Amino acid sequence: MQAGDTMTDVEPRQGAPRKTEVPLTDTAVLSAKPLLHIEDVSLFYGPKQALFNIDLEVREHSVMSLIGPSGCGKSTLLRCINRMNDLIPNVRIQGSVKVGDDDIYDPAVDVINLRKRMGMVFQKSNPFPKSIYENVAYGLRIQGVKDRAVLDEAVERSLIASGLWDEVKDRLKESGLGLSGGQQQRLCIARAMAVRPEVLLMDEPCSALDPLATSRIEELIFELKRDYTIVIVTHNMQQAARVSDFTAFFWMGKLIETGLTEMLFTNPRVRMTEDYISGRFG
Amino acid sequence: MMNVREWWRRGSALIWFSGATLGFSLLMILGLVGYIGAKGLGFFWPGAIVASTTAQGPILGEITGQEADKIQFHVGNRDLFGQDYRWVPRAELGPLSTPADAVVVERLEYGPFIGRIRSLEKDGQVLPGDPMETLRRLRPAALAMSRHIRDLDKVEIGGLNRKMEDLRLEMKARPGLEARMAALKARYDAAEARLEVLRAQAASVTVTLEAADGQTKTLPLASVVRLVPSNALGVAGKMGAYLSRLWEFVADDPRESNTEGGIFPAIFGTVMMVLLMSVLVVPLGVLAALYMREYARQGLLLRTLRIAVNNLAGVPSIVFGVFGLGFFVYFVGGGIDRLFFAEKLPAPTFGTGGILWAALTLALLTVPVVIVATEEALAAVPRSQREASLALGATRWQTLWNVVIPGAMPGILTGLILAMARGAGEVAPLMLTGVVKLAPSMPLDGTFPFLHLDRKFMHLGFHIYDVGFQSPNSEAAKPMVFMTALLLLLVVVVLNLFALRLRSRLRARMGGGAF
Repeated sequence: MQAGDTMTDVEPRQGAPRKTEVPLTDTAVLSAKPLLHIEDVSLFYGPKQALFNIDLEVREHSVMSLIGPSGCGKSTLLRCINRMNDLIPNVRIQGSVKVGDDDIYDPAVDVINLRKRMGMVFQKSNPFPKSIYENVAYGLRIQGVKDRAVLDEAVERSLIASGLWDEVKDRLKESGLGLSGGQQQRLCIARAMAVRPEVLLMDEPCSALDPLATSRIEELIFELKRDYTIVIVTHNMQQAARVSDFTAFFWMGKLIETGLTEMLFTNPRVRMTEDYISGRFG
Repeated sequence: MMNVREWWRRGSALIWFSGATLGFSLLMILGLVGYIGAKGLGFFWPGAIVASTTAQGPILGEITGQEADKIQFHVGNRDLFGQDYRWVPRAELGPLSTPADAVVVERLEYGPFIGRIRSLEKDGQVLPGDPMETLRRLRPAALAMSRHIRDLDKVEIGGLNRKMEDLRLEMKARPGLEARMAALKARYDAAEARLEVLRAQAASVTVTLEAADGQTKTLPLASVVRLVPSNALGVAGKMGAYLSRLWEFVADDPRESNTEGGIFPAIFGTVMMVLLMSVLVVPLGVLAALYMREYARQGLLLRTLRIAVNNLAGVPSIVFGVFGLGFFVYFVGGGIDRLFFAEKLPAPTFGTGGILWAALTLALLTVPVVIVATEEALAAVPRSQREASLALGATRWQTLWNVVIPGAMPGILTGLILAMARGAGEVAPLMLTGVVKLAPSMPLDGTFPFLHLDRKFMHLGFHIYDVGFQSPNSEAAKPMVFMTALLLLLVVVVLNLFALRLRSRLRARMGGGAF
């Protein structure tokens, strides 16, 4: 079966594709307007430069995957998008990152507000030591939402969207840490979605999961792109090929090549990209 | 020999050694608790009252100690004999017997009387019939009477006294309250008069006791606390007397300069002081640790500060006591008095030792423990959880409050448990900042404002010191020392169990996390 037919395909796919497949690009993605503009971004950890003049655009309701060998800066770039790098001392960033027309590094931007617009899912599932319900409701609670009906609705909506609802609807009061690894990761996705972000940033969301749980997350990503713009960092090239519309290849802090996933995987323009995706290095 | 080397090489030797060390430590702890328990709990069991003869005449009492050549008798009757205990050389001792009519009479004054009941009198007239029977019949009324007298004295007259004291202070400020004062005085006098009548009534029924050497003693029946005819009692009867004594010890006020009666005020004071200390030390320690771990710039200054905090834990507690006296009692307390209680001066209100100052001093003493435990607990909260919270748009403070502190709570409670264990056992600083031998009223009672933080209080640890080493009658006080020590241990254990339970419940709620 073909992965990723069209955006209107709402049927969850049965099973997971095992072999490397290249999704057929639908025209909607091609005609969508760009949402994230990363322009000439360089990042320094103290004296050490980690990103070199990155230019990248992410279109609305598309999935962009960032691939490349370890330490190539793909996670660093992802963390530029919601300014998580601000938390690390001695980080300096040049260039601009825009969401729509807003420059997120404008001093006037409220970081707290920005992070509400950029949901993030981490490499290792990190539910809070709270109940499943409170995990999902957390984002709303810190925004001051107290209305029980609103919270209930958001929790149910997010858990349904993350495909966890049927598994946990009878034990919402139980600890989120009691779930399996894959369920925990989907709980984290639900938690990120509860605040209705515009963009979902996923930092190797499947690297700690078994193949079955991985395929569930991949299906989920496929469904989520109807409502969100997704940027996913992955080590797994098959995964990039399966879930994303666009792919960007990084090497040593530099963006080597970017383009439609099917183009990049079948017909890379740069030799280094070809070597990497064919497993000759990396 | 190969085997021994193999045994050594595999590390079995070390396992055995560490196991044996643990066993030894456990044995020492069990031995200590067991010794204290046996010495203390055994004291209340009614022993046989043994009669015999000595070179000085007949002797009657409980055998409390034996050595190779002499036997110790608890003969009681301090008012007649001058001392409660007597060592008698075995050689001088005649045959031993246990007369069925011997009784231990516990009374309000002079310690127990050991002897026989000769007669009961009302208004000086000997009542007919078997004295033991009559005594049984009349005692409930006498007990009720003495309780009534005590309540009247404590509650009504005590309350009137306080009101008059308050009014006297008010009159200093504005005159014209003489009429109210006179009314109070009239009520006070009336209550006093009623008390006098009751006292006379209570004193009208008396019991005459006869000691082993034939001396007699007549005392009001109302002052007899308990009557234990040990030799005539079966196991059930002895058990009854035992439980009754135990209950009195745990639930009653002390008598006879603390060597008799109960230690309830000391238990209450200890628990209350420890709880107050916990309430003070947790915010202090947690906030300090939060700043050190989460906000302060990690550098030389902070490292120095950390060393200073750790050293604070090693400062002798008496130094904290001196500081508490100088700073809290004289400076802060004196200041409060000058500002808010000026009309009562020179009599101090807060400018003297009190439970608040004692608790604050102990909070300072134990705060390093809480800081260190909290810092470690904060560091143990996974970075990924903080990031998750921040990525959801939480502020740093929201992340701390909603994720980091709840995650560190079990560790913070561990710190609190250690602090409570240390705080409950401290005596030296308390002696300077608010503990007294005998507190007339407790720091928590029914009169407004209910919690009296300025009051002095009693404490089990100080009680041990006072009864054991400051009492004029140290032999009689010995069992009290063991019992009090046992209760102090029990209080610490109960407080710790409470905190442990809280911690395990917190952990369970978090799904058995990584702590």
